[in-house]
Amino acid sequence: MYAWLWRHLPGPAAVRVLVLAVLAVAVLAACFVWVFPAVAPYMPFNDTTVGE
Amino acid sequence: MAYGALGVLGELLITAGVLVLAFLVWQLWWTDVEGNRAQAEVVRELPRVEVPTPAPSAPGGPLVASPRRDDPPVMAEVPHATTFATIQVPRWDGEPERPVSEGVDRATVLDVLGVGHYPGTAMPGGVGNLALAAHRTTFAKPFNRIAELREGDALVVRTATVDGGPGSDTWYVYRVTSWQVVRPSQTEVIAPVPDRPGESPTERFITLTTCHPMFSARERYVVHGVLDYWAPVADGTPAELLGDA
Repeated sequence: MYAWLWRHLPGPAAVRVLVLAVLAVAVLAACFVWVFPAVAPYMPFNDTTVGE
Repeated sequence: MAYGALGVLGELLITAGVLVLAFLVWQLWWTDVEGNRAQAEVVRELPRVEVPTPAPSAPGGPLVASPRRDDPPVMAEVPHATTFATIQVPRWDGEPERPVSEGVDRATVLDVLGVGHYPGTAMPGGVGNLALAAHRTTFAKPFNRIAELREGDALVVRTATVDGGPGSDTWYVYRVTSWQVVRPSQTEVIAPVPDRPGESPTERFITLTTCHPMFSARERYVVHGVLDYWAPVADGTPAELLGDA
């Protein structure tokens, strides 16, 4: 999977590493902003109230 | 060729592992960073009268509010997700002043506004039980140090201006009386008389609930207290917050 990605990226190795780094940061940022807040309510901890 | 499908599976698993680690970083660290920032902003923007401070040259230091033990003014309950007060706990040295808002659901109150007020329970100073909930871990963890509370510790609630009616801009100083660990279904801890559902209250209680053990939803850590005194904010600062009581 990652080998395939590496083969299909253009440019010399340094450019490819840079592109991959930017991609990784973008994925992490998307997780922090949208994915994790959406999943958090389903985690089996963090309930603080009595009732229900 | 031997790499093939197995290799892709391995890469997917490693990726999933990294994402789980990232989730932990987000949950255990980033929600605190964001929450502390957001809650400090809520407190800063809260409409309320300033605590009077004497001129720096004035003898005797800051103005100490004299305790009043007659019937305190009590505000009417506010709409959902409205911030109407703040809470400070001198025992939690270094913890910031936390906003207190109406409601105890996570999405609109506990995850974003800090401390929540169980709807239908007493408002600050009211006869009955002022029941509050907050996170003990993550989302700025306002009640993280709840287990440090001991009998007699002050829980200082300061109401905001809200509608300017009775009970606005008032200090209410409660004192811890007891604590217990209960099952999540034990709603009697927030009854008007704690642990005695159905009885009509004559005293002014406070109850804090949070999760227990930490990072678990198995039980609840509960702290009870009772009103010691009240004072208008315009009169000064409670001695408990000045470090000499």
